[in-house]
Amino acid sequence: MSGPVDEALVTAFHRDRAQIVATLIGITGDWDLAEECAQDAFALALERWPRDGVPDRPGAWLTTTARNRAIDRLRRDAVGAAKLRELATTSRGVPADVGDSRDAEEAEVSGVPDGRLRLIFTCCHPALALEARVALTLRTLAGLTTSEIARAFLVSEPTMAQRLVRAQRKIRNAGIPYRVPPAHLLEERTAGVLGVLYLLFNEGYAATGGADLVRQGLTAEAVRLARLQARLLPHDGEVAGLLALMLLHDARRAARLDGAGDLVTLEEQDRTLWDAAAIAEGVELLKTALRRGQPGPYRLQAAIVACHATAADASDTDWEQVVGLYEHLAALLPSPVVRLNRAVAIAMARGPAAGLELVDELYASGALAGYHLLPAARADLLRRLERGAEAAVSYRQALHLATTDSERRFLSRRLAELGVG
Amino acid sequence: MPVRYLLVICDDESDPQGPEEIAARPDHVAWLDFLRTDGVTLLAGERLRPSGDATSVRARDGDVLISDGPFAETKEQLGGFALIECTDLDQAIEVAARHPWAAHGVIEIRPVWEG
Repeated sequence: MSGPVDEALVTAFHRDRAQIVATLIGITGDWDLAEECAQDAFALALERWPRDGVPDRPGAWLTTTARNRAIDRLRRDAVGAAKLRELATTSRGVPADVGDSRDAEEAEVSGVPDGRLRLIFTCCHPALALEARVALTLRTLAGLTTSEIARAFLVSEPTMAQRLVRAQRKIRNAGIPYRVPPAHLLEERTAGVLGVLYLLFNEGYAATGGADLVRQGLTAEAVRLARLQARLLPHDGEVAGLLALMLLHDARRAARLDGAGDLVTLEEQDRTLWDAAAIAEGVELLKTALRRGQPGPYRLQAAIVACHATAADASDTDWEQVVGLYEHLAALLPSPVVRLNRAVAIAMARGPAAGLELVDELYASGALAGYHLLPAARADLLRRLERGAEAAVSYRQALHLATTDSERRFLSRRLAELGVG
Repeated sequence: MPVRYLLVICDDESDPQGPEEIAARPDHVAWLDFLRTDGVTLLAGERLRPSGDATSVRARDGDVLISDGPFAETKEQLGGFALIECTDLDQAIEVAARHPWAAHGVIEIRPVWEG
């Protein structure tokens, strides 16, 4: 296969696939059929395009092909034929957003409600289990195969297949609407979608090393979906905030791990390895987003990451501003993890003793019992205060609770550096 | 296409109010008003006697086994039901969320198995 055809197919896959699936679901109401026919259309393109050339409108070609395939398949069986007759007599047979004569991008600018937006709200409906929402989003919107999703979430393929089938069945049987939520539900449901996308991003971001390569790919999928969501809901400051947050985090990717695959702390990262273009894009997005009313949790988190991303080094960071942002965030999300992060920022702004006081309050509350970053943060503050013996005790606690090898190696190294018996 | 849902209304049975008292409650009246204004049809709905008055029956190998009480001993017990007809799950969720019992008990939404 030639290069340009290859490229056109990959572009079409990322740009048009979800729209095609959304259109077919709109026509047939059958999720499985929609995905299979979209897949068939891409398979046919793989066969035809090298021979006949890439069509002028690849998205329209693929949509028409997939739709014809769906109609053929419905005609072939009795139930399907009945469904077609039913569709012919209802308005569902002619959805407004059929990508028949126009490409997905054109439909987007024309102001016609985008099918992908309906799709993502349906995939992320709160009546579905969180793990099902994540899997459905990856399958239906990102176009990952069941086996890819299974590998990313470390479950067997049959387990993942069953999870997807159950979720699709519930959408149909429980009457989960296939639509963009009405105004009074939009904010709450958008927050749910963003939660799923951020979870996806973090699954990928937390993954390290060779065996985790599939999971690392989730980060790119999450960014792609957040970009789509930001394009579809251009007036939502939190959507743009989440995209900015992802870009700013992801910009540090190359500096986060050392040659051995171990985590490098923010303080010790080689900032020349940070992706300046991604940081610039993230900061720009955030600036615009901050003009849209009271910032929610994603914009606040993005603003915190932006403070780090735009500082020359740790000492150059505006830690008082970081503290202030964490205080805003704590008011919106009263979670002990936010309080821990605020304590660490206070230690940077006002000295380790001030931070330690807050960390010890968290200890006393018992809210983060079992969370390795609490003793790890305490150990770090004690190390800075040159209270080596106490630091060692906390490092050992953190080591006991750490969940990844990379974290354990980092903590062991810090413990060894203390030089305490 | 309208969909029917059964709202299974459960609580810990600490509220002893019967149907007449419930019917007079302003929050219950407000709930019924909401159904009307939102175009939801209440096909049926009843308050049930507490689980202490329940009888469970099983027929096995020709024997009928009768026992006192509900079939499952759980903290939340069935206290009433409402069969509604509305447009989709989102509307059913809204109806359930506004039911007075949602504030202290739990409401399970079960779609009717249609054809």
